[in-house]
Amino acid sequence: MSETKLILPTSADELVDAVKGAVKGGKVIKVSGAGTKDVVGNHVAADIEISTTKLSGVTEYIHSELVMTAQAGTPLSVIEKELAKNNQMLAFEPSDYAQLLGSDKEQTIGGVFATNMSGSRRLSAGAARDALLGVKFVNGKGQLIKSGGKVMKNVTGLDLVKLLAGSWGTLGIMSEVTFKVLPRPEIMKTILISGLSDADATSAMAKAMGQSTEVSSAAHLPQSVSGSFLDGVYDGQSITALRLEGLKESVDDREKRLMDALSEYGNLSVIKTEQSAILWQEIANVKPFIGRDTIIWKVSVAPSEGHKLVAELAKTTEVDAYYDWQGGLVWVSLKSDHYTTHLRQLIKSLGGGHATLTRATKDVRSEVDVFEPQPLPVAALSARIKAQIDPQNILNPGRMSQNDDVMNKAAV
Amino acid sequence: MTELIKFLEPNAQIISKRSSIISGLAEILPDDCLITDERELVPFETDAFIAYRRLPLAVVLPETTEQVAEVVKYCHEHEVPIVPRGAGTSLAGGAIPQEDAIVIGLSKMNRILDVDLANRCAVVQAGVTNIAISQETDSEGFFYAPDPSSQLACTIGGNIGMNSGGAHCLKYGVTTNNLLALKMVMFDGTVIDLGGKALDMPGYDLIGLLCGSEGQMGIITEATVKLLAKPEGAKPVLFGFDTPEDAGRCVRDVIGAGIIPVAIEYMDKPAIEICEAFANAGYPMDVEALLIVEVEGSEAEMDAMLDKIIQVAKTHNVKTVKESQSAFEAALIWKGRKSAFGATGRIADYMCMDGTVPLSQLAFVLEGTAKIIEKYGLRVANVFHAGDGNMHPLILFNMNDPEESVKAEQAGMDILRLCVDAGGCLTGEHGVGIEKRDLMTHQYSKEDLDQQMAVRAAFDPQWIFNPSKVFPLEVREDA
Ligand SMILES: Cc1cc2nc3c(=O)[nH]c(=O)nc-3n(C[C@@H](O)[C@H](O)[C@@H](O)COP(=O)(O)OP(=O)(O)OC[C@H]3O[C@@H](n4cnc5c(N)ncnc54)[C@H](O)[C@@H]3O)c2cc1C
Ligand SMILES: Cc1cc2nc3c(=O)[nH]c(=O)nc-3n(C[C@H](O)[C@H](O)[C@H](O)COP(=O)(O)OP(=O)(O)OC[C@H]3O[C@@H](n4cnc5c(N)ncnc54)[C@H](O)[C@@H]3O)c2cc1C
Repeated sequence: MSETKLILPTSADELVDAVKGAVKGGKVIKVSGAGTKDVVGNHVAADIEISTTKLSGVTEYIHSELVMTAQAGTPLSVIEKELAKNNQMLAFEPSDYAQLLGSDKEQTIGGVFATNMSGSRRLSAGAARDALLGVKFVNGKGQLIKSGGKVMKNVTGLDLVKLLAGSWGTLGIMSEVTFKVLPRPEIMKTILISGLSDADATSAMAKAMGQSTEVSSAAHLPQSVSGSFLDGVYDGQSITALRLEGLKESVDDREKRLMDALSEYGNLSVIKTEQSAILWQEIANVKPFIGRDTIIWKVSVAPSEGHKLVAELAKTTEVDAYYDWQGGLVWVSLKSDHYTTHLRQLIKSLGGGHATLTRATKDVRSEVDVFEPQPLPVAALSARIKAQIDPQNILNPGRMSQNDDVMNKAAV
Repeated sequence: MTELIKFLEPNAQIISKRSSIISGLAEILPDDCLITDERELVPFETDAFIAYRRLPLAVVLPETTEQVAEVVKYCHEHEVPIVPRGAGTSLAGGAIPQEDAIVIGLSKMNRILDVDLANRCAVVQAGVTNIAISQETDSEGFFYAPDPSSQLACTIGGNIGMNSGGAHCLKYGVTTNNLLALKMVMFDGTVIDLGGKALDMPGYDLIGLLCGSEGQMGIITEATVKLLAKPEGAKPVLFGFDTPEDAGRCVRDVIGAGIIPVAIEYMDKPAIEICEAFANAGYPMDVEALLIVEVEGSEAEMDAMLDKIIQVAKTHNVKTVKESQSAFEAALIWKGRKSAFGATGRIADYMCMDGTVPLSQLAFVLEGTAKIIEKYGLRVANVFHAGDGNMHPLILFNMNDPEESVKAEQAGMDILRLCVDAGGCLTGEHGVGIEKRDLMTHQYSKEDLDQQMAVRAAFDPQWIFNPSKVFPLEVREDA
């Protein structure tokens, strides 16, 4: 492969020109932000790489409207700093896998939305896609397209915003994103239950989410991983964590009611704002598996099924795992790469969901479907959509599926 | 009356084959699922945008996804347009048929298939009414959050079609934020399943794309929706102001102060009078603008939040603050608000606009709306979801007066243009339908619309689903 030419547009116009140039020259484009997730998804063999890192800066931020507009290449840290000044935040809590993936770069806000990466509060506050209100993107024809807007409610025309969120740069290169932000909660507390089995923890989390106490996140950290959190103070026992956030009076009141409701589960304790913030950050950033030499899967299933998946896997191979999203997000660490088919079959038998290969060596990644393969009619439909937005298939071809070709044939 | 909005020319060839189409459908469906008698078709000729009516070729009311698939396949093969229909409460004309189309109504598919409390979701057929889900799960302490005022009648399929919202969406989000899975029949009769009980779906967010696609991409037959635990308690509180500007600024500053109540609804004087006369809700009659602010939680929580809101309101000269003292009073307050459209319908014909604007523009757009209405010599009542800037001016007119009807439509379009120019959009929750179709070029460029239509074509290459809607007829040539 000859060298990939790097283009760094500094304006939407330059971005349009770059894509138009590629269209004319029949060139394939690798789309990137800062490249922190380069190791996720399939390898893209590209002629040129367009990076948004020079498309940077907050364009508009009216904090009383809870809306911010930024250029897509703006580092997430810049956005978060700006929001913190007004005591606001991104409700979906983008996680930072940089350490897990061994990258020292800072992710961009465009990359966050393009990968629809959300953290623990996704359970109650929705995903990145739920916060995204509007986008400007350049499609595979080199046209600058606008979808959505700057208001909270908008059903004017097709919601291409949702389509772009989570499309991993395969449908368009976003130049600008507008998103909803929320006030930072006044305080945060986390109720911890210690010593539960995965199955009991699952029922405790379901019970907690069924209370009128507005638990915002629910995670279970089995004994095998709990020592990685909060400097190891919980080493040796499993921890089930339930987060409460909001106005102080309200959190205090809910804490009491939730403790009462969960008394049957035994050993309860509470940690306050600062410790809570660290714990949830560590959960989101996959702290236990940083630096381990294993294959990491991110699995999404119905919350009640996560622990069953892990129990089934444990029957045939060495597995370590922990749970977020009430048990529905399972971080799975496997020693061997021989269990992909088994894993995906188990997920199917447990009512469906999907598994994304998040960390593995290049060799493994090139052999395995990184993203869950789709049933044929859905794959064909997705391919038709891609063809309508990027007719020459020049934007990140193959990034989301190794069988783009199969899909394209199916689509005809 | 004179019709400002055009439908597609009916295809004479299809109409001439009506009887053969009907017998084709009769082979697919049980007798009581096919309506062809002209008198029986009349109830389907319009929706809640009653100024426009068209009789369809026939109406089918399938009982299963398989039947829907067979009908769609038949229509695909014979190039017969299809208009999907839930309860027909669309305010944008989204469910109005056309002469050469058959209507596929989901009203017989109204079963709740599965309530899964451990995973806090319900699997329902598309024809289930919005309220039925909350009713079914109420005794277990759960509810389905999006609550359009039409919730007694409107269906989940229609809610998904329009990505509907409601008063409580300020906190809980609209339909798209509360949807986990869909079953859909595609243009050629293929059935696809998207999503599941997991929070994220693999691949492109097709559920997000389909939600709000206004019956343009397929027929949704089942959906899995999120359930939420009911709050400990809820309390609507009335805040009366002497000027709309004060009320508008109060909304902006409450949100800006980081306080997000469950709902902030706005009513102007005419709306207060109309709703009070209907519901006897105890609204203050000596104010020019009223906010209904709902807080949730335990008594302690509600009091804490309310204190903060009252502090903000005081800085904006609030004149009355009135807490509901009982569940009965609370219900009356909401009854008045949720019946606003119906109550208005008792005194005049009305057209309901649905533009959304940034909160900082609320006062400006209210003022502009008043000017537009004055220019056309009409009357208006404003009642809307203020917390998210979603405005609903109700333009009052007399439908039997052709001149006034045209004026009302024109005033409506002027108001929507004003919303777009103020940084907002044409529709926040009711959809484009036929009503706002020709204004789409005011919000989007030709390239934007071409891209949307190209994506639409990936779902419906021959444009058989609801073809007269959403996209202006004049921008379609190369779609
Ligand atoms: C350890 C390591 C290994 C590497 N290996 C390779 C290699 O094998 N091959 C290679 O070519 N390069 C490789 N690189 C270089 C790589 O880092 C690129 O430079 C990087 O920019 C790619 O970023 P990304 O696509 O992962 O971007 P990220 O910013 O991580 O983006 C994540 C996803 O979002 C998409 N995205 C980001 N921003 C936008 C936007 N504004 N609009 C739409 N979509 C967007 C991206 O296309 C991508 O799919 C490697 C780098 C490192 C550090
Ligand atoms: C008094 C009143 C109050 C209202 N209040 C609100 C409110 O507070 N918030 C709000 O958002 N809306 C409100 N509406 C508007 C309306 O009720 C909503 O748009 C509702 O979601 C429509 O549901 P429906 O079942 O009546 O659908 P219909 O009107 O029958 O159809 C709506 C659209 O969806 C399509 N569709 C219907 N079913 C399907 C299906 N199964 N598959 C694919 N497409 C389908 C139709 O083709 C059409 O385009 C109100 C309407 C009235 C009359």
